[in-house]
Amino acid sequence: MSAVGFAAGELTNGQVPLGEAVAFWILGPISLAGAIGMVLLRNAVHCALSLVATMMSLGMFYLIEQGPFLGLVQIIVYTGAIMILFLFVLMLIGRDASDSIIETLRGQRWAAALFGVGFALLVALSVGRAFKGSKPADLNTTETNAGGQNVNSIAALLFTKYLFAFELTSALLIIAAVGAMVLAHVERDGPKPTQKSIARERIRSGRPQPLPGPGVLSSGNSIGTPALLPDGSISHESVMASTPGLRELPAANHSANADDIR
Amino acid sequence: MTPTYYLVLSAALFTIGAVGVLVRRNAIVVFMCVELMLNAVNLSLVTFARVNGSLDGQIMAFFVMVVAAAEVVIGLAIIMSIFRTRRSASVDDANLLKY
Amino acid sequence: MTTAHGIQSAAWLLIALPLLSAGVLLVAGRRADKWAHVVGAAVPVVLFGYAVMLFFSVKGEGNREINLHLYSWIPVAGFKVDAGLLIDPLSMVFVLLITGVGSLIHIYAVGYMAHDEGRRRFFGYFNYFIAVMLLLVLANSYLALYVGWEGVGLASYLLISFYYSRNIAATAGNKAFFANRVGDVGLSIAIMIMFAYVGSTSYADVLYGDTQLTKGVATAIGFMLLLGACGKSGQFPLQTWLPDAMEGPTPVSALIHAATMVTAGVYLIARSAPVFDVSQAARTAVVVVGAITLLYGCVCGCGQDDLKRVLAYSTVSQIGYMFLAVGLGPGVYAIGIIHLVGHGFFKAALFLSAGSVMHAMNDRIDMRRFGGLFRVMPITYGVFVCGYLAIIGFPLATGFWTKDKIIEAALDKGGTSGWVLGVVALAGAGLTAFYMTRALVMTFHGERRWEDDVHPHEASRSMTYPMIALGVLSLVGGYLLIFGGGLQHWLTPSVGPSVEEGVHTVSTLVLTAITLVVVALGVLGGWVAFGRKPVPISQPVGVSPVTTAARRNIYADAFNEMVLQRPGQWLSRALVYFDNRGVDGAVTGLAAGFGGGSARLKRTQTGFVRSYALSMLGGTIAVVAVLLAVRFQ
Repeated sequence: MSAVGFAAGELTNGQVPLGEAVAFWILGPISLAGAIGMVLLRNAVHCALSLVATMMSLGMFYLIEQGPFLGLVQIIVYTGAIMILFLFVLMLIGRDASDSIIETLRGQRWAAALFGVGFALLVALSVGRAFKGSKPADLNTTETNAGGQNVNSIAALLFTKYLFAFELTSALLIIAAVGAMVLAHVERDGPKPTQKSIARERIRSGRPQPLPGPGVLSSGNSIGTPALLPDGSISHESVMASTPGLRELPAANHSANADDIR
Repeated sequence: MTPTYYLVLSAALFTIGAVGVLVRRNAIVVFMCVELMLNAVNLSLVTFARVNGSLDGQIMAFFVMVVAAAEVVIGLAIIMSIFRTRRSASVDDANLLKY
Repeated sequence: MTTAHGIQSAAWLLIALPLLSAGVLLVAGRRADKWAHVVGAAVPVVLFGYAVMLFFSVKGEGNREINLHLYSWIPVAGFKVDAGLLIDPLSMVFVLLITGVGSLIHIYAVGYMAHDEGRRRFFGYFNYFIAVMLLLVLANSYLALYVGWEGVGLASYLLISFYYSRNIAATAGNKAFFANRVGDVGLSIAIMIMFAYVGSTSYADVLYGDTQLTKGVATAIGFMLLLGACGKSGQFPLQTWLPDAMEGPTPVSALIHAATMVTAGVYLIARSAPVFDVSQAARTAVVVVGAITLLYGCVCGCGQDDLKRVLAYSTVSQIGYMFLAVGLGPGVYAIGIIHLVGHGFFKAALFLSAGSVMHAMNDRIDMRRFGGLFRVMPITYGVFVCGYLAIIGFPLATGFWTKDKIIEAALDKGGTSGWVLGVVALAGAGLTAFYMTRALVMTFHGERRWEDDVHPHEASRSMTYPMIALGVLSLVGGYLLIFGGGLQHWLTPSVGPSVEEGVHTVSTLVLTAITLVVVALGVLGGWVAFGRKPVPISQPVGVSPVTTAARRNIYADAFNEMVLQRPGQWLSRALVYFDNRGVDGAVTGLAAGFGGGSARLKRTQTGFVRSYALSMLGGTIAVVAVLLAVRFQ
């Protein structure tokens, strides 16, 4: 396959091809940086973005390591779909919910760092020792790989050797979908509001008419721009309560009123 | 360079993910760290396939991805419902189940 | 041994009927208050009628032992106990005594308890007593006897503490119960020994069966039976409960603690005669116990001011006579039983007249506040005199026939022991005369020492008629029983033939004369000491040590308290201390240790997911490290 051939080159003396080595030394730091950035960045959206970088790099690795199917799935499904799901939820529950600097659990960071370093050393050491001298095989030439047709080979394996597990994953996915619906579903407490009850509620509220729209002024027409009342003062009802600040104030007079808002 | 490098990188990524789980408080970030750990394992599996000259490792990685997808769906739904009731996505705020 | 037929087959009614009426009276509650005494008093009368018919249905010398099989009671593999009744001369005598005297006392109690709120309850207990007492004497096995034995213990307890709101009555009930427990343990051990060695508890197997008891086993059984008999009959050393038992209503004292229940010990020993025939040691023990108790009761009786207590000690001493008789061996059993029956008559008469006096004196029983009652209560006085003559053995009265026979038999035992026992019995007769004279004089003669608020009067007819009947029986009953050797002959199938008229240590005539002289001396002494000068209202102080000892029942209570109760209290205090500090300390200490430990341990459950994750990671590292250490060692 061309994608595999692009990265691999020829195996020489038990070493991966030079092109692969070059790609590793470029992509490896990127993926590490992305991972570290995810842990360190305060803003959750930034975290998600740096994780995307890591996942992209991993997808590249899969491509290089003669797994084009997995590599593309990683990029399209994982990075493309799942990470977008993450971002959706992030937006839904408030992107500004960034972590505070102060650690509330005493010693948690120190212990986490210590354990992390210890674990990394342990695993890296043991993996290095266990796989010392292991040589990469060329999956394109092995018999198990059906002549290098990666997608075909994986499909053959999935629908023969791993058929049962594959069926189980389909059940798992359906259950997950149903479970998500159950978890996200909200029961209505009272009866469904009718047109009549909504109208009655509105009259009773003391404001039957809709809220005033934002100001459309010569200086700006953003939704952050408050409308002006006939006396020139600012209508607080015309901007959303959650609007961080009045970015664009009308350049008009009434600076006293504007100061009030600020 | 040998495939072992991939494994070492995988160990490093896994550890970073684990530390992230331990130190971050935003539930979604914690969840992303878990995803990172799964991805690190996937990298190992793919590398094992490479070393062994068989596609079984890739199949494993494939299944891990499927399970991860299901897990993400459920996990995000849980985070959503917690947030809906508690107006908070911090894992430290959900600490009622204690002594 | 023949099987029951005809009217005899219904003998179980003797037990079932009073049990049924007791149940009805006790369960029916207040709505039965109006008729409870009628039912309660009618039941023993009916039973007595039936018992008389039963008596006459037994014909022929060889057929006097009738076995009535009721049902298989405990059928376990290799061990079978049948519930059955044994109607033989011995049990027949007791049935007639219990139902006869019981009927009279029941009728008496109708009047005596007329103003008591608990009369229904009283008759319920009383009928229950009749039922279990009849079960005791009619049982054909020791196990069934044991049921009756415990039953009468319960009846005794319930009736002694009948006025349970009075502290002293409740305590007396407990005392009787505890003393009886000691004896009952003895009886139960005896039954267990029978199980072990004979494999059965029926009289037929144990006493007359194929298994010959060895001397050792017979001695063990005999001593244990004696312990049981001592507990039930108030014999030395378990005698102290009986005087206190007088806290119960007087009909109870008369029926249970004089005429019937306390003689159950005598019945037990007479019934177990073959056991005592084998073991000389057990027999000697019975005699010794009887002799000691005989004297003990007499001496204590001299020092009491409470009329009922005097009579109670007299009971103790008279049962001592019976023990002496049944301990003397073959041929004397019958005399013991005859004295038992006679004693049932005259002691019931004495108690009923004492109850009548009590009734008249506003329930006061201190003899020092009586005196001169013979004018206002002639009938009671007459009955008391009848009982008095009977108990001291006035010529031709009951005691003359029965007690003198025992003295005679004791002397006839021969040897030094015979002389000792004879002299003891003789001395007892003299002392009996002394204290009974004292009681008679202090109660009915002399000047009136009444308290101001009492107005003595004769009791109602429902009380006087039974008293008169028993008074008459006291006078003539002994002669009727002994007439022509009738009862002795009749009892032969149960307890063996009576002693042959043979050589006496002292000829009957001389002995009678000596006895009469001793009794006369006792009467004279009593008259001189108490009849000729005024009786002080309060107990005189500064009296002789003997009198003090007699007042304090020869320090038996003090001995029990010092030797048994105090160490028992010390032991239980020590055990409580050990339990609180040692056992509880260990338990609570362990619990506190675990509690404190887990209280600290639970602090690790912070509820923070990240803490848990941290410990998981730590655990993972540990596991991986161990695995690697094993893999790459």
